Amino acid sequence: MSKKDQFIVGKKKFSSRLIVGTGKYKNMSDCAKAIKISGADIVTVAVRRVNIIDKSKPLLMDYIDPKKITYLPNTAGCFTSEEALRTLRLAREIGGWKLVKLEVLGDKKNLFPDTIETLKSTEILTKEGFNVMVYCNDDPLMAKRLENAGASAIMPLAAPIGSGLGIQNKINLRIIRSQTKLPLIIDAGIGQASDAVVAMELGCDGVLINTAIAKAKIPFEMAEAMKFAVIAGRKSFLSGRIQPNLFGSASTSNKGLI
Amino acid sequence: MRKKNKIKITVNGKQIAVNLKFSLKNLIDKLKLPIKKVAIELNREIVNKKRISKIILKSGDKIEIVNFIGGG
Repeated sequence: MSKKDQFIVGKKKFSSRLIVGTGKYKNMSDCAKAIKISGADIVTVAVRRVNIIDKSKPLLMDYIDPKKITYLPNTAGCFTSEEALRTLRLAREIGGWKLVKLEVLGDKKNLFPDTIETLKSTEILTKEGFNVMVYCNDDPLMAKRLENAGASAIMPLAAPIGSGLGIQNKINLRIIRSQTKLPLIIDAGIGQASDAVVAMELGCDGVLINTAIAKAKIPFEMAEAMKFAVIAGRKSFLSGRIQPNLFGSASTSNKGLI
Repeated sequence: MRKKNKIKITVNGKQIAVNLKFSLKNLIDKLKLPIKKVAIELNREIVNKKRISKIILKSGDKIEIVNFIGGG
């Protein structure tokens, strides 16, 4: 990426526009390898109880160095504002993380966000000094409300989490893009590299991918595909596409035709 | 046999017995946890990790110790 095209979230600059999740991998060394290949410099992580019985279990921090890769603590599995706040306050206590991903779910089956609890949590966390990147629906009105509540980034889903269905509502994403200068990051539903390209071509600032990489047949190859997809999509967006035209336009001049 | 010099506390949902005047730091050391990689809650209140040696555990205390794991 050129120096002018910077990706900034919560006042921090990042070089890659691809954010990857660290869940669902076969093991931690596979996860670390995929992250390295993806080129991501932000990874999402979850907060869970330490295993006090089996302490031989490897720690995420032993595989992914938080000094080199930015940890983005999330609230995966939280269904109320109270649970989400508790989780992120604990995450901050582990090592001072202020850039966080808020995700308050409303339904166990479709994993859609509970917008009311999400908005409430965003307001509180912002007041407590967190930079909150918010998982939300692709609803322009809600996105506006979250922005007004102090969100650091708007993270609409493309399709349900882990579904791999790709971008379902381009129109809404374009509307959200047109109304906000906040980082706009597709948070869920990416299935293949072309989905990531489309997201970036719609003008999104970044893409967050977990399942599509971790559960691909060859995760490392998919990690690389996603890396290039995000770069290609961004370049395509910035280059300014041609106007689509119903009819053909010859690429070769007729001048000098024999 | 009832052990008079022990108290019962709950750590991450599991009940364990520790000595009287056992500090939170003693607990972290006993569990061999890397303090820089965890956060601690005592009875739903987040604990300042710098103060753990000053916090003496009481019978019935509920402690949660969390760390980061892989997640999307």
